[in-house]
Amino acid sequence: MASNFLRLRKPYYVESTINCSSSSDQKPVNLSFGINETRNQTKKRQAKEHHGRRSCLDSCCWVTGYLCTTWWLLLFLYHCCLPFTVGHEVPELMPAARLKREGLKGIHPVVLVPGIVTGGLELWEGKPCADGLFRKRLWGGGGFTQLLKRPLCWLEHLSLHNETGLDPPGIRVRPVPGLFGADYSAPGYFVWDVLVKNLAKIGYEGKNLHMAAYDWRLSFQNTEVRDCALSKLKSKIELMYRANGNKKVVVVPHSMGVAYFLHFLKWVETPPPMGGGGGPGWCAEHIKAIVNIGPSFLGVPKAVSNILSAEGKDVAYFRAMAPGVLDSGTLGLRALEHVMRVSRTWDSVVSLMPKGGETIWGNMDWSPEDEHVCEFSKKRYFRFSPSDNNVNNSDAKQVFRVKDPVKYGRIISFGKAASVLHSSQLPTTVLKEILHMSASRNFNSSCGEAWTEYDEMSRESIRKIGAADKAYTATTLFDLLHFVAPKMMNRAEAHFSHGIADNLEDPKYNHYKYWSNPLEMKLPDAPNMEIYCSYGVGIPTERSNVYKLSPSNKCKHIPYQIDTLVDEEDGSCLKSGVYFADGDESVPVLSAGFMCAKGWKGRTRFNPSGINTYVREYQSKPPTSGIKSTAHVDIMGNIALIEDKLRVAAGATGEEIGGDKVYSDILRMSERINLQL
Amino acid sequence: MSSLRRRKPINESSDSKHNEEEEDEDHDDVDADGDDDVNGKNKKTPSKIKKKRGEKPPKQPKWSCMDTCCWFIGCICIIWWLLLFLYNAMPASFPQYVTEAITGPLPDPPGVKLKKEGLEAKHPVVFVPGIVTGGLELWEGRECAEGLFRKRLWGGTFGEVYKRPLCWVEHMSLDNETGLDPCGIRVRPVSGLVAADYFAPGYFVWAVLIANLARIGYEDKTMYMAAYDWRLSFQNTEVRDQTLSRIKSNIELLVATNGGRKVVVIPHSMGVLYFLHFMKWVEAPAPMGGGGGPDWCSKHIKAVVNIGGPFLGVPKAIAGLFSAEAKDIAVARALAPGFLDNDIFQFQTLQHVMRMSRTWDSTMSMIPRGGNTIWGGLDWSPEEGNSCAKKREKKNETQIADQAGSENAVCKAKSANYGRIISFGKDVAEAPSSDIERIDFRGAIKGHSAANTTCRDVWTEYHDMGFAGIKAVAEYKTYTADSLVDLLHFVAPKMMARGTAHFSYGVADNLDDPQYKHYKYWSNPLETRLPNAPDMEIYSLYGVGLPTERAYVYKLSPHAECSIPFKIDTSADDEDTCLRDGVYSVDGDETVPVLSAGFMCAKGWRGKTRFNPSGIRTYIREYNHLPPANLLEGRGTLSGAHVDIMGNFALIEDVIRIAAGASGEELGGDQVYSKIFNWSEKINLRLDEEIPVHSSR
Repeated sequence: MASNFLRLRKPYYVESTINCSSSSDQKPVNLSFGINETRNQTKKRQAKEHHGRRSCLDSCCWVTGYLCTTWWLLLFLYHCCLPFTVGHEVPELMPAARLKREGLKGIHPVVLVPGIVTGGLELWEGKPCADGLFRKRLWGGGGFTQLLKRPLCWLEHLSLHNETGLDPPGIRVRPVPGLFGADYSAPGYFVWDVLVKNLAKIGYEGKNLHMAAYDWRLSFQNTEVRDCALSKLKSKIELMYRANGNKKVVVVPHSMGVAYFLHFLKWVETPPPMGGGGGPGWCAEHIKAIVNIGPSFLGVPKAVSNILSAEGKDVAYFRAMAPGVLDSGTLGLRALEHVMRVSRTWDSVVSLMPKGGETIWGNMDWSPEDEHVCEFSKKRYFRFSPSDNNVNNSDAKQVFRVKDPVKYGRIISFGKAASVLHSSQLPTTVLKEILHMSASRNFNSSCGEAWTEYDEMSRESIRKIGAADKAYTATTLFDLLHFVAPKMMNRAEAHFSHGIADNLEDPKYNHYKYWSNPLEMKLPDAPNMEIYCSYGVGIPTERSNVYKLSPSNKCKHIPYQIDTLVDEEDGSCLKSGVYFADGDESVPVLSAGFMCAKGWKGRTRFNPSGINTYVREYQSKPPTSGIKSTAHVDIMGNIALIEDKLRVAAGATGEEIGGDKVYSDILRMSERINLQL
Repeated sequence: MSSLRRRKPINESSDSKHNEEEEDEDHDDVDADGDDDVNGKNKKTPSKIKKKRGEKPPKQPKWSCMDTCCWFIGCICIIWWLLLFLYNAMPASFPQYVTEAITGPLPDPPGVKLKKEGLEAKHPVVFVPGIVTGGLELWEGRECAEGLFRKRLWGGTFGEVYKRPLCWVEHMSLDNETGLDPCGIRVRPVSGLVAADYFAPGYFVWAVLIANLARIGYEDKTMYMAAYDWRLSFQNTEVRDQTLSRIKSNIELLVATNGGRKVVVIPHSMGVLYFLHFMKWVEAPAPMGGGGGPDWCSKHIKAVVNIGGPFLGVPKAIAGLFSAEAKDIAVARALAPGFLDNDIFQFQTLQHVMRMSRTWDSTMSMIPRGGNTIWGGLDWSPEEGNSCAKKREKKNETQIADQAGSENAVCKAKSANYGRIISFGKDVAEAPSSDIERIDFRGAIKGHSAANTTCRDVWTEYHDMGFAGIKAVAEYKTYTADSLVDLLHFVAPKMMARGTAHFSYGVADNLDDPQYKHYKYWSNPLETRLPNAPDMEIYSLYGVGLPTERAYVYKLSPHAECSIPFKIDTSADDEDTCLRDGVYSVDGDETVPVLSAGFMCAKGWRGKTRFNPSGIRTYIREYNHLPPANLLEGRGTLSGAHVDIMGNFALIEDVIRIAAGASGEELGGDQVYSKIFNWSEKINLRLDEEIPVHSSR
């Protein structure tokens, strides 16, 4: 009976589908059927029902099947052809293949130290919402898919404890050990993989290649406290040294790993309770060279904007990874809030804050990059010697000349005016006053649960800080951050310091919080060691920001934003509220090169044993293909850099690979910095 | 099909309404021969049909075979995605919920249970994986392996076996002379916990144990997987990869960073032998050993928890080396049945496997040790009188009656001669020793193979042997553990020459003899002393209740050329003597017989013996095999099988308790289901230091 009902009901539907799916002269036919032809008719209708009902579904299936088949076919062809195409490309991609033919062989064991955000993290213990993720990656690799599946759970597990900077109760997230830890940051986005492949070509393998994975969210000393990561690294280096016939190791740190390894150098020679107890000769005995890639010795200005408004690029990396989540309408700016809440629990971010204050980064009216020429797109490094300034023989050159030097020293300025005007024209309200005033903060109860520390600040003081015509330099910046994020800064101040030492003999500098600041520590006594600073140049890099107050004054909003509307005509360094300087897209040249170019060059008070330093710059070529790129992370695939690394690992000294190689203004910038050496 | 046929009219019904009707039927007739219902009702004349048919053909190809295929694939894809979506949308606890609804609440995993009891991570844990379970990855290869850099060749999905089998075999093989890397190929063990947590996707080895340890607080800094290249001989892992040094350094680090707490070592399968080797190596002075000094073990090791340890070797290894037919070593066969039993390759595949596995020195570490003293001679064996596992209950009374009657002849007739590990023909295996005529093969001239030109590409040492040699081997009729080593020397001289440089299979008369300082004796528990570490504990954990290969009936293979000349005689069967498909089995965990796993802890090292001068305490923990209760349980939480036991809840609980600081006594001492103590009694092995005065049995 049921089928009969169906039959009666269908024709209308069938008609319409036939009408639209077939040619136009088709007429409704069902009405002409005689009543007495029941059986026949039923059969016919049945037939029509079949094709009528199925047509939509069928064509769907057909299209999908068609697409799938085509896709598989292409995939199959791709796989079949791949060996041939790869076979042709490999020699070009692999500097190691050429060097191997030259007879290069890996001699020194190699230790890789990854930087911030590039290392993988996996879950060891979690809340119920993370069920089934045991020993699965949360960060790196496939871990970012979890971000899309359960975003809040994911954020919760990646946060650290707000007070201790260690694990929150009930959650254990640990770094992925071994080479898997950081070879790919996300599928297809290589970090170390190209370098590892090349090293393998000249004979490296598990026994003489080690990835010093550590939890990059923690402060450096805490990696030892929680995971014994520094002890592990020490034991690994000792083992590799012994197991490879007493060959010293070559260390290759990247980005924040540079500061981490500086910390390690001090830690390992310090006696046990605080340090590793390796004794004063440990580094001299075990380390041949430190080949820093994209080093952030003196910090990156980007870290400031990240802390202030979660808008930096490098740390807010996931913004690029998952644009949909962050910019989606439902979450709105809340997503940024979440990011800020999580990243503020990470102590390591503070290690990236600019170090050295106004001496290095410049004050209100002066900065070492004063003569920097900003026309990145047209002509790079069009150098003017000071005498050229007056001559101005070519009018074309005049365009590139920045009339008023950009005031890079003002790392944060509120409003464009504050970033340009001479310092005497700026209001002199000192931050201290505001701090004093806000001692009587009124906690705003209307916001309910406090998301970020901004919610604990009164709107009044927020406005005061953000009042137009204020600018902050690398020194006053810390007052601002202390005010804006007191808890975080308190935690972090126990682990990091950002000043310059007056007297390095002062016993307070034995504390571990000074170990990662090159301006407050002495390099170990290892005259035969070599330090390389290799980094990319020629890419505009964030140097200082123009801020504004966020238009919406609601709860749970970050009150400051980079003023993206501020712009200048072509040829200026200001773009979308950010002043750019030369660098590798993340680290300005100043931060990457200063220590090797001046701070440690020769025998200085920071380098008492006269360790040789070399600056190796890699210039970005406009069509930045993968193998020539010099961006902060992509540089790991740069063939020139890899070749240098391989030569060093195979025993070459800095002189043998060509000594300094400089394209940028780093030497003259360093000259201008007045630092007692 | 029918739906497609019906579909056509839509496109074609451009005629009048009357035509439409005809056409419809027309089509049913033309191409729907199978559709009886339609055909039966068709009243149109054939001529009309033909006419129509003539008009229509151009439009017919529209729904061709291609379209049908596409439609079909699309259908499947959509259904698949739908199911996948539902599966992903399903909460993770759903299967558990269903299981609980059907079978009642599941027991807590041991980690959760013990956490509730308040246990916490105490001693750092070191895992030592066994043979074949560790992953291997490629670091340098030939052109055919392009693009596989740092991809797993062994473990994982084994995708490459299918894609490029010969290339794979080439890369997995070692050099035939040195037992090290062939020129231009570097295959290295995967390091870290990922090395052996899963052997293949979904096939856990250590993962369950690791997950449970993590529940009580273990993590990366307190766990260490001592991954090594299981193809190499033990000393060569140090020569090539410095693996032993690494293990030493890592154990020292674990002890140092965990407040001086000693480590608990958990070796599995061949890892047991590897760790025995390590314990000798680490205390031996520097050029040959690790130079840790005589008390290194007592300073760093709390307990060695051996899981399924083949202390005295496994008979299976013999079959593996002799004819590549054992299960454990030919795991590849089980994993890729289509490939191995393929008609094109046929037995050549087995030969490839054999050629590959014969280059692996480590397989020789599993050859039965201790000779006739342990494994039995022609007429006796420690297990004699054993009844078949599956009939245990049934035959209990008769067995007792038999033994009570003490009629030797009756007993002999009924029980298998396990001592004869290889016999040619079933009758030889059963006959009393006096009836067997044996012709010594040792001096036989091998002669030349007539067919060596035709099978050049497939190389095994059998081709060097020739017909005379093969005949001589068969003429000897039956082999005990002693003569087996000679047999292998005869059959595979190159391999054994390599092997004897690294392993030894005898029983030491005098352990003070300086020759025993050589590393080749270190992995043989009958030729080494345990380290001087009175506080250390040694556990032997293994499954029982599964039939395990113990002796084989062989026959000559019918194809004499280009194939392995010997085959297990799968037609040999005997209900009474546990003979099945040519294999005599005893109690064990499916791979290691109880005798091999338990003897050292039951007798050889019990108390203060000459093998255990410092009196290290030993414990035996047996786990009776029970098959999984339901499908959702996967490989079972009560399994006793060699690898599956790693997921046995009782075993995991014991391991966790030991790791959390319990001693053997607190665990409950020995836990024995098998007759290991009876069998050990029958073995006449001198255990005290003095030179023997009494003669053997």
